[in-house]
Order: sequence, then structure tokens, then C-alpha cells
Amino acid sequence: MSATSNSWTLRLRQAIDRHLPMDHLLPDRQPYYVGSWVYVFGVVTIAALAWVVVSGVVLAFFGPQWWHDSRVGRFFNSLHFWSVQLFFIFMVLHLWGQYFMAGWRSGRAATWMIGVVIFAVSILTAFTGYLSQQNFDAQFIAINAKDAMNSAGIGAFFNVLNFGQMYGLHIMLLPIGVTILVVLHIVMVRTRGVVKPIDPEGGMRP
Amino acid sequence: MDTPATYFHWGFILISVPNLLVIAGMVVLFAIALVAPFPHGKEADDVRNK
Repeated sequence: MSATSNSWTLRLRQAIDRHLPMDHLLPDRQPYYVGSWVYVFGVVTIAALAWVVVSGVVLAFFGPQWWHDSRVGRFFNSLHFWSVQLFFIFMVLHLWGQYFMAGWRSGRAATWMIGVVIFAVSILTAFTGYLSQQNFDAQFIAINAKDAMNSAGIGAFFNVLNFGQMYGLHIMLLPIGVTILVVLHIVMVRTRGVVKPIDPEGGMRP
Repeated sequence: MDTPATYFHWGFILISVPNLLVIAGMVVLFAIALVAPFPHGKEADDVRNK
């Protein structure tokens, strides 16, 4: 089949080969400036997200009764909570690192903006998680948050007092959104490579 | 565990001590990441012009 084929699978494959060759997607060597702990923050964030998802799947399978009443359930509840703490801590450290090295340079603006969106969606996911705990803390947060939602005009379709809605958003739509955006973020990082350090002479390296 | 957190209040800044400690820890970790030597960091020099 020729390269000018109308086959969309061929054109898609050629576009992927062109923009994201395998040596970019799974590199075995990195430029010398990547030899710094600052570049590890993003990877640790992904590792924490993996723990969040795995512990969350287990919690979703067994349900609220289990994570409150059984020892193993409480362990997984804690595992979920603390991996979320690590996820946010390292995401913010990654953000600081990228901010100070101006990670949006040389055509990486979309990568930076998707990172910003990941941050925002993650906050919403964590918020619905606090509302899904099925304890007095969740009730306290919901009762107080409803006024903020109503004053913002979104209380009618984002009802923090509706456990089913918050739980559905927390375990289904929002985590899928975060995961898809993170995959997109990583693919975009791998497409262009890690941004070069800012030239100490004052100029911007390409 | 169920007692309210102590708060640090300085002018318009009001933050719980646990949150303040987490932020301080993050700043310290960030500073360490900038200066701590990275294992095998020098071995990557040969791909400087990649």
C-alpha cells in the first residue's frame, strides 16, 4: 500500500512514527542536564498516582462499610489518603521545578497548560474524595461547601450533599480525566524531550 | 487526633501549624534536590550534545 493511501490507519501510524518515534517514547539515554533530582519529582508524582489508583480500585470494590470497619479496609483507606498527599506534594514540587526552569519554552506551552489542567482536575477529584469518606468529616465539608457552590451558581448541578453524585465523580469520571491528561502530558514531554536549562549568559537556548 | 490544630497567625497570614510544616518540608526538599549530587550524573556527560 502506497504512502498516499486513503487508509486512516496507515496515515495514523505514519503520523505516530513521525511525531513520536519509539526512541523518543522509551529513551535509554538522557541529556546531561537531566542528571538532577529536580527531574525526579514528576516521576514520583506518577508513582504516587499509580498507588492512588490501585488503592482506590480496591476501596471501590469493597465499599464504605469495609474501609471503616475492617483492619485491612482501614489500611487501604490510609494508603489511598497518604498516596494522595504524596501525589499533591510532588506535583507541586514538579510545578516549582518547571516554573523556575520555564518549562513552557520552545513549543512546550501546551504541555505546561495540560499540567495546569491536571492540577485543577486533581483538586476537584480530591475534593469529591473528601466528600466520599462517609464520615462526619465528609458531612461537615459538604454542609459548609454547599453554600460556596450555591453562591457560585453551580449548586443546582454540582450538589455536594448528593453522595451518589460526588462518589460517582470521584471514582469514575474525574480519575479517568486525570489519567488521560497525565498520559497526554507524558506523551507531549516525550515528543519534545525535556526542556533545556536557561542559558547562564542570559539568552534562551532553543 | 480530634482536637483542632494550632494556628500560626502573623498579620494577614493565618495557617495551621501542620500545613505550615508540610510547606516548609517541601521547600527544604526542593532545596536539597537542587544541590544534592545525582547518582551517575557525570556519566551522562557523553550525551551532552545529543
